[in-house]
Amino acid sequence: MTSVLSDEKTTSNVEAQRPPGGFYRWITSVDHKVIGKNYMYTALTFMFIAGAMALLIRTQLFNPNGHVVGQQTYNELFTIHGSIMLYLFAGPFAFGGFANYIVPLQIGAPDMAFPRLNNLSYWLFLTGGTTMLLGFFTASGAAAFGWVAYAPLSSNPYSPGPGPDLWIVSIALVGFSGIFTGVNLVTTIFYLRAPGLTMFRMPLFTWSMLVTGILILVAFPVLTAALVMLYADRHFGAHFFSVQGGGVPVMWQNLFWFFGHPEVYILALPFFGIISEVVPVFAKKPIFGYRGMVFATLAIAGLSTGVWAHHMFTTGTVLLPFFSALSLLIAVPTGIKVFTWIATIWGGQIRFSVPMLFAMGFIPAFVMGGITGVMLASPPIDFYTHDTYFVVAHFHQVLIATTIFAGFAGIYYWYPKITGRMLRERVGRWNFWVTYLGFWVTFMPQYLLGLRGMPRRIAVYSATDGFTFLNRVSTVGAYVMAIGMALFLVNVVWSWRRPVAAEANPWDGATLEWATSSPPPAHNFHSLPPIRSARPVWDVNHPEHADAAPVIAGGDESAD
Amino acid sequence: MRTESRIYLGVGSFFLLILIVYFLWSKESTGSVLLLASAGLGILPGLYMGWWSRRMKPRLEDAEVVEPRDISGIVGTFPENTIFPFTLGIGAWLTGLAFVFGGWFAVIGMGFVISAAFAATIESKRSSLAEAANRRGAED
Amino acid sequence: MSRKILLSRGIRGVAVLVAGAVLASCKIPSFGAFHGNTVQGNSTYHLWQGFFIASIFVGGITFLLLGYALIRFRRHGDAIPKQVHGNTKLEVFYTVIPVLIVAVLFVFTVRVENKVDAVSRNPNLRVDVTAFQWGWKFYYPSYRVATITQGVDAYPTLELPVGETATFQLVSNDVVHGFYLPQFDFSRYALPGVTNYFDFTPQHTASFVGRCSQLCGLYHAEMLFYVHVVTPAQFASWIDTHQKAR
Ligand code: HEM
Ligand SMILES: [Cu+2]
Ligand SMILES: [Cu+2]
Repeated sequence: MTSVLSDEKTTSNVEAQRPPGGFYRWITSVDHKVIGKNYMYTALTFMFIAGAMALLIRTQLFNPNGHVVGQQTYNELFTIHGSIMLYLFAGPFAFGGFANYIVPLQIGAPDMAFPRLNNLSYWLFLTGGTTMLLGFFTASGAAAFGWVAYAPLSSNPYSPGPGPDLWIVSIALVGFSGIFTGVNLVTTIFYLRAPGLTMFRMPLFTWSMLVTGILILVAFPVLTAALVMLYADRHFGAHFFSVQGGGVPVMWQNLFWFFGHPEVYILALPFFGIISEVVPVFAKKPIFGYRGMVFATLAIAGLSTGVWAHHMFTTGTVLLPFFSALSLLIAVPTGIKVFTWIATIWGGQIRFSVPMLFAMGFIPAFVMGGITGVMLASPPIDFYTHDTYFVVAHFHQVLIATTIFAGFAGIYYWYPKITGRMLRERVGRWNFWVTYLGFWVTFMPQYLLGLRGMPRRIAVYSATDGFTFLNRVSTVGAYVMAIGMALFLVNVVWSWRRPVAAEANPWDGATLEWATSSPPPAHNFHSLPPIRSARPVWDVNHPEHADAAPVIAGGDESAD
Repeated sequence: MRTESRIYLGVGSFFLLILIVYFLWSKESTGSVLLLASAGLGILPGLYMGWWSRRMKPRLEDAEVVEPRDISGIVGTFPENTIFPFTLGIGAWLTGLAFVFGGWFAVIGMGFVISAAFAATIESKRSSLAEAANRRGAED
Repeated sequence: MSRKILLSRGIRGVAVLVAGAVLASCKIPSFGAFHGNTVQGNSTYHLWQGFFIASIFVGGITFLLLGYALIRFRRHGDAIPKQVHGNTKLEVFYTVIPVLIVAVLFVFTVRVENKVDAVSRNPNLRVDVTAFQWGWKFYYPSYRVATITQGVDAYPTLELPVGETATFQLVSNDVVHGFYLPQFDFSRYALPGVTNYFDFTPQHTASFVGRCSQLCGLYHAEMLFYVHVVTPAQFASWIDTHQKAR
């Protein structure tokens, strides 16, 4: 027998004398799997709420001079839509949900390094997120200054009332939650890997999460500091961002984007990681150029703190060539990733199961958004397109490619592991194709709208602007997308009402999470396979094609 | 630990490089300060881990080849259920709301926070005693 | 045919295509953009065309490779494919090529950027623009003429003589606004506490709507202004009527 961990010996659960049941158990559990699931449910709920707001926004824009909602409400809607999607969905879904659930499994750990802190992170996220929504129930409404909260618009004379304060407190709480999760992830990955799982044998998803964790620790404290300054401006008469008091309004933008650009990569890297897991498994090949991928990920992390002012080209206050050069450069590691994925399926045996379908849909969508990103990285082109629908289309394409397409690739891939049940392939296919169609129909017209002069964040346009037709196409696309997303819910409900049991390793997965049962037991593993490569489970299941030389059980292993 | 340290050092030095170029070129202060902080955030933990890695026994995590007996035994103690993070979270939330709705929330919120902190300390003390007992048991 | 020959043929093919595109530069489509009705904006427009063509190549190659792989390598049975872990040469290749591409893009960017950002030492005209919630004030200091937003639906006019270089001074009275002229392929923030300068040299007579592009509060969507590019004679008479009206 090789390397068996007996159940009793894996961990000592001294505190679990009487396992409580039901609601109390759910609240008090510090199991990373329970917390990870809570994160996912909560983040997806927020996503559907913000999605509903998006439909309202698109409905308003269907007609010129639309009056589905008033201008104030419209401003609140896009502010909270963006804030939810970026702060409460994309990030927490990735590093609170997927990472929490999957990383300990992938590195063969029984839990996260700080399980109690992990639980606290979740409660800060839930309460913080709820706080943002509370704004709608105050007399003066929710925050209405966009997710970037540019000062001095976000400051007191221009945005009075409790709505903006709720927004600030909400983001601060969620920010702390993120910082705690970042600390937890980095520590877990550094200290709790299974024996033999060296850094360069870690699955690429885990690598992505490590780098994401590091970026969180760089970026989030800056945001928190900026929020404190903004609050002080609003209530304590500080003048960080007001000219009258000798402050510098543009400093807000510097602070915000120093957080904000790393943030967009905090949102993207985990999903790149998911693609790097799904693509090799469904092509039945190892990733092409593992080390290259790791270095590309690190390069993105390095570069992403040096490009913040590409969001500020039109301020006239930033060093254009510096930020332009670094922004163009960041496309290189991003491109390496895309070519690596293509090279990985090259010569493979591609199975188009639903996770793979989403992953393959992700690539063109992301490339499209990346290419327009490169255009925006050129200051003159940005002068023309900044704050227009061109930018709106750019970031929706990259963000939806990552959080929705790659995110759903991850959901369909790990759902069997997490729930012990399979999702239906057929509904899954419809889920993909309808959403995908809607996606292109929604966002391609927006590039053109931007080029034809439509600014972002406008509640009304006039019939003479020539924006009507493209807006209508975009709105129709949004509804198609919504139908596609609803099919996901259908699929989940179906799998819940008529369960089809999942095996431990339904996809022929290669990494450690597939070495335990679906769903995994408390503290994850009864035994671990020997770890001699980045694909320990593949080595066991395909000894004749193994990455590592096979080991005869009980043989002299130190000989090789 | 060596790879871990190098990752931090690598990222941190890169931030430093960006900082130098940026500062010399732009003389802009906000960004330079932030880059400096980031460089520190990368380099300091990197140095610490590097220093530590030279002082500690090689870890099994970093071993290319592991024996079966290396991967059995206790991994660590992991708590299973506790109410205190929840209490703490609610306390932090109410304290946060005080910034919007007034000091009363902070009074209640800090009540939660403080009691959670106390109770959690007692709990973890008790559990570390139990862990020691458990470890003694496992060694037989 | 060896790989090398294929590669060199590929490169030659691309070179021919690019050369062709450059030769036919007057016939390059606009790809949806405005032509940029100023000397400055027009160079932005040509930069846009260049970026777009580069994108067609890069995106096209990527999509072709992906599409080919997806069709060619769909599952054909249960055999385990060859376990290829990488190929250093290929990896270096797909790292270096993008670096070269963005280097070229960067060079063109900087050239156009300098043109667009240049401020003339002796402009023919000076216009001071002030943004406020929710409107604009255009002041012509040498003529002491101003137009200003007067309530909803009373948008001010920015009148410019064709072919003459105007230097703009842009400030904001309150929050951040975006001074955005779509047909000039240009926008610039009006930032409280910062004064921005830039030049326009309009090329053709035209009239269009300018806007505020940066969210500035409740009526951001209605912060419009009219831009009229007119002949110098028309401009003089416009100034005249406004001076008289004063
Ligand atoms: C190929 C790499 C990329 C480049 C060169 C790039 C470049 C840019 C630039 C220059 C802008 C500013 C546009 C403007 O406001 O005028 C921008 C905006 C944005 N990008 Fe990207 N981008 C890239 C990839 C991504 C990725 C991967 C994400 C996230 C998944 C992302 C998310 C965003 C967001 C959210 C904004 C808009 C923020 C706002 O103003 O509200 N980008 N990008
Ligand atoms: Cu950015
Ligand atoms: Cu505005």
